[in-house]
Amino acid sequence: MQQVNKWPSGLVNKPLRYCPGCGHGIVHRIVGECLEELGIRERTVGIAPVGCSVFADEYFNCDMIQGPHGRGPAIATGIKRSKPECIVFSYQGDGDLASIGMAETVHSAARSENITVIFINNAIYGMTGGQMAPTTLIGQQASTCPRGRTVQANGYPIRVCELLAQLEGARYLERTSTHTAAHVIKAKKAIRQAFQNQIDGKGFSLVEVLSICPTNWGLTPLQSLKFVTEKMMPMYPLGVFRTPDAAAGAATEGGAA
Amino acid sequence: MMYQGIRISGFGGQGVISAGILLAQAGLLEGKNVSWFPAYGAEMRGGTANCSVVIASDEVSSPVVSRPDTVIVMNEPSLAKFEPLVKPGGLLIINSSLVKSQPTRKDIRVVAVACNKIAEEVGTTKIANMVALGAFAGATGAVSVDGIAKALPKVFKRAKPEMLQMNVTALKMGAAAAK
Amino acid sequence: MGEKILMKGNEALAEGAIRAGCRFFSGYPITPQNEVPEYMSWRLPDEGGTFIQAESEVAAINMIYGAAATGIRAMTSSSSPGISLKQEGISYCAGADLPFFYANVVRGGPGLGNIAAAQGDYNQSVRGGGHGDYRVIVMAPNSVDEMGNFPKLCFELAEKYRMPAMVLADGILGQMMEPIEFKFERVDPAKLPAKDWALGNSAGRAKRVVKSYDLREGELEKINLRRMAAYRKIEQDEVRFEAKNCEGADLVVVAYGTSSRIAAGAIKLARDKGLKVGLFRPITLWPFPKKQLAGLAGKAKKLLVVEMSMGQFVDDVRLAVNGAIAVDLYARPAGIPSAEEVMAEIEKACQGIKAAPAATAAAPKQRGRPKGSKNKKTKAKRTVRKRAARKQAKRGRKGGRR
Repeated sequence: MQQVNKWPSGLVNKPLRYCPGCGHGIVHRIVGECLEELGIRERTVGIAPVGCSVFADEYFNCDMIQGPHGRGPAIATGIKRSKPECIVFSYQGDGDLASIGMAETVHSAARSENITVIFINNAIYGMTGGQMAPTTLIGQQASTCPRGRTVQANGYPIRVCELLAQLEGARYLERTSTHTAAHVIKAKKAIRQAFQNQIDGKGFSLVEVLSICPTNWGLTPLQSLKFVTEKMMPMYPLGVFRTPDAAAGAATEGGAA
Repeated sequence: MMYQGIRISGFGGQGVISAGILLAQAGLLEGKNVSWFPAYGAEMRGGTANCSVVIASDEVSSPVVSRPDTVIVMNEPSLAKFEPLVKPGGLLIINSSLVKSQPTRKDIRVVAVACNKIAEEVGTTKIANMVALGAFAGATGAVSVDGIAKALPKVFKRAKPEMLQMNVTALKMGAAAAK
Repeated sequence: MGEKILMKGNEALAEGAIRAGCRFFSGYPITPQNEVPEYMSWRLPDEGGTFIQAESEVAAINMIYGAAATGIRAMTSSSSPGISLKQEGISYCAGADLPFFYANVVRGGPGLGNIAAAQGDYNQSVRGGGHGDYRVIVMAPNSVDEMGNFPKLCFELAEKYRMPAMVLADGILGQMMEPIEFKFERVDPAKLPAKDWALGNSAGRAKRVVKSYDLREGELEKINLRRMAAYRKIEQDEVRFEAKNCEGADLVVVAYGTSSRIAAGAIKLARDKGLKVGLFRPITLWPFPKKQLAGLAGKAKKLLVVEMSMGQFVDDVRLAVNGAIAVDLYARPAGIPSAEEVMAEIEKACQGIKAAPAATAAAPKQRGRPKGSKNKKTKAKRTVRKRAARKQAKRGRKGGRR
């Protein structure tokens, strides 16, 4: 009999403690599979952020370091420059990467550090209990904008891929999602490419993953998946924004009509 | 026991900072304890520069020379700033090419040397600082002209031999002018 | 090793670190320490090392956090405001037991302050500096020679105890030139022993995790207790100081760094006048030479602390002698005293000695932790508590009368 599914060696074989319906589990599994399939697990160092995925250091089956809020790309820089033979990835949420850590994100991309950044965008602060994120949508409620985010009070959400696409050093930028099985497969392809780029010495790669947070969105998992297509994707269109070989790409799915 | 606390002051570009380093290097070559300390950062942006040098037989305590034994004044504004600091009985060396005011203190020795004029005779006003250092060596004997000459290639590592030679000439003429 | 060369303090620090095996530097420009990154930027690549000018001090310290986790000898430097920005990362390194070396070339503060030499970052340095309960080893050079020779000591201590170690310098020590002799053999990083905690190639071993958190019930305290025990050992074994002319001195001047140099000049003047004055200079500010200072109590009649701050360092001196000897303070917050000014303070302090009887009579019988069984300890605690209760009652009564 042929085995069609198994626990990937890139993940520690233990239950994840994320909330029911949380998107982290899917992306963790994708990363774990990539580490195995690319044969890089034993030379990979991962960086866990501050946020829900602070526990990622327990889950990924490779050397891990947990760092200060938002500083993943700086830590990755220190590791990669000290051990260029290692594969280094930083796993970050939206508050971590696009708010407190924006400077580190932009500058590590500008320097084109040969690292891989996995960016989970769920438009909310999860760990601290549902506060507004830099990617929270206009009108979306959060515990620090209980009447919904307004432009007047909170300004506009940030599109990270589009922002970074302005930088020559950002060599690979793709926004993906995990709201359908087909999208999960696409997300895996993107994340695998982001690791392959590093193996090939192509420079800074970032994959943004639209992810659901039923707990803090106050929605069921099914409603949450709908929220991704109806609310998030118009603001955050999926697609490849930069590749090592071509300059800026274009959105292929979603976006405001 | 020998101790010389020196302050050198002038416009940025007159070489007062490098003259100070040269003096400290010369003192080191002659087996003395030395220190050099610049006025740095924003202080230098105003256009004037100065530094402290100590040459001593004992260990140097403070590298900041607040009451100098010798002050070398390379431009007009430096005279007003540093003349009052000279120790009673101390020495004030003035670049009379650029300093037109007269010092007012009577309790110090004043040596006026036309540093720019002499430097120009040697070849370039850029080495007016060397004339002043020569004057210092001639007037105090704290370091010798030879000692400063030996320090030159250690401080100006990329200088051409003919430039170094011009520096030595300027040192000698400065020493002669101070005697 | 060998010849004495004339070098700037900042450059000596950088060169000393490289000779000590440092192969990673990340930093951000700030006066008066700019010569350190500038020097590293051309010198480190020649040695096969990495120099990065980071986008901020915050990024710089986190690059250090990452680099140090791979076991490489990593260093950063800054001056006061920049060190404040680095404190979060330093706390993480302390919490993750990562060794690294940093230098603070202190300038005037608070806020933007000025760029002259000062000693206002004393408390920040010796009390840990960032959030949480931790220490860093603090070495206070007072010459360019020590600026160049201390980085190696710092790296070694940092690795021995797996914690950050720093040099606390100032604008004068950074900017001045003096002769220096590097008194150690160059360290070849390839020959340093492998670290059994370093991240990188995990083939053939279990995965390693570097982190500063532990959310499990009671676990963080266990980690902190283990760290506390290490700190106690450091306080016993790693104290460094210099005592000059302290035997038979009536007055001992206590100062560190630049202040201690100026004090030395003043003491020379004082001894020429026949005053019996000595100098005590802590070289490690943490661990602090408590015992050695307390030992002066029975001998000298008074201590005079000279510091370029409002009175931070003096607190540690007073804690060390615990009332056994009078401690005067000459404070120059963001000022640089001259030897003559310190000399005047010495004379003032000496007059005080003549006027008042020796303070030794008032010395408490004992200081330090009571030794012996746990029972004794509890007893001592109980006594203290009883006394406090009595005091409280007294105060209460007084209050009542009012």
